[in-house]
Amino acid sequence: MSTVKYTRDHEWVRVEDDLAVVGITDYAQTQLGDVVYVELPEAGRRIEQGKEVAVVESVKAASEVYAPISGEVVAVNAALSGEPGKVNADPMGGGWFLKLRIADAKQLEGLMDEADYAAFVEGLH
Amino acid sequence: MAEPALHRTPLHALHLSLGAKMVAFAGYDMPVQYAAGIMAEHLHTRAKAGLFDVSHMGQARLEGGEAAAALESLVPGDIKGLAVGRMRYTLLTNAQGGILDDLMVTQAGDHLALIVNAGRKHQDFAHLERHLAGKARLTRLADRALLALQGPLAAAVLARLAPSAAGLPFMSGTALALDGIDCFVTRSGYTGEDGFEISLPAAAAERLARRLLREPEVLPIGLGARDSLRLEAGLCLYGHDIDETTTVIEADLAWTIQKRRRAEGGFPGVDIVLRELASGARRRRVGIQPEGRAPAREGTQITAADGAPVGRITSGGFGPTADGPIAMGYLDSAHAALGTPLKLIVRGTLRPARIVPMPFVPHRYYRG
Repeated sequence: MSTVKYTRDHEWVRVEDDLAVVGITDYAQTQLGDVVYVELPEAGRRIEQGKEVAVVESVKAASEVYAPISGEVVAVNAALSGEPGKVNADPMGGGWFLKLRIADAKQLEGLMDEADYAAFVEGLH
Repeated sequence: MAEPALHRTPLHALHLSLGAKMVAFAGYDMPVQYAAGIMAEHLHTRAKAGLFDVSHMGQARLEGGEAAAALESLVPGDIKGLAVGRMRYTLLTNAQGGILDDLMVTQAGDHLALIVNAGRKHQDFAHLERHLAGKARLTRLADRALLALQGPLAAAVLARLAPSAAGLPFMSGTALALDGIDCFVTRSGYTGEDGFEISLPAAAAERLARRLLREPEVLPIGLGARDSLRLEAGLCLYGHDIDETTTVIEADLAWTIQKRRRAEGGFPGVDIVLRELASGARRRRVGIQPEGRAPAREGTQITAADGAPVGRITSGGFGPTADGPIAMGYLDSAHAALGTPLKLIVRGTLRPARIVPMPFVPHRYYRG
């Protein structure tokens, strides 16, 4: 079973071998509303944990997406350019943003697991 | 420090019961969207009918035998020429030809009915009282709510409550009983669609709102879709697209100055406005179409094709009906011609765009 971790900025990261798939959570997409555009980085870019790696835009506003961990971008979800609504419809699946080659697996230990994140979101209400 | 308490409209409890997401706007706790979301609310308004709470806006009546002439000393619109029941969009101007606010004025017979922006109402009313003292009497209508019913099926819906509503001409108003409530109804709005604005006693507002929401075509619509609808319609948002520093001509609102007022003048800033009308303004408000899918938001810098800075976006976002990014902004006049290619600096990247006519979505007002 793959491990999914979460950030306080509402990104999720799912580890698949030495790659990390990154997206935004269901809570995040609900807060944003209908996604109309996603700006993704170019493959090959190295990004540090906590730095802006993508931008997601709703009708009303643009929001930054931060790298949950450091790594090199090895793939982005090209389908989002034609169908940004996948972020709303399937945020943890078809709405994924990008894949990172993990630079430091230890960073994952500092992120929340599903139960912690659920409690974190509950505390926001 | 505690935030100052937000005002509530008479429909506040209704918004909460409908599951609205509330935000602070112009000092009021207002619904930005309901459960359907901005995209669905926008598209629903263009397809059927949407109900908006705009009770935060300022309502007043201006009375006195010379009220129309008095008001003309502060606005460039032809108010004296308004027949009873007719309404007009006009502007409060300052001595520099800038815009203190935009407003709707209806000749109601024994008074002028004014609707001004929520964020400007206190300044506007003080300005009117100061300058019209002895000539006209202003009464603030703080105990009235304002609902907007907008969309191609708005007339069919309202006709079920008052059959005569369907025949009310565009940009006119009349007293009308709706569900037994004495209302003042105008055929106007801020979406580019056919529709009505309904002024009524605050105490009856929730009852009428619930009555309208019972009609199958009607959904409640929040401020988020109100903004995307008006942007598609090419309509200005005060404080963003127009303000005290944008002249009437720069704002491309020369159409609000009727022929007699151009000839007679007599409004604040008339010299500057008429000079710019004759020989052009330094900059101009235009429609901007970004290429591709990325929206360009308010504040985005605009450059000419050669990279020289030539303007700034004042409203920008995604148009659900236009199905793409749309914007308006101010450009140096030398670069403001239709079709001119531009670059928008979005997150440090130059993105191509061009100047296009507005509205982005054709107006569908009732023309009888």
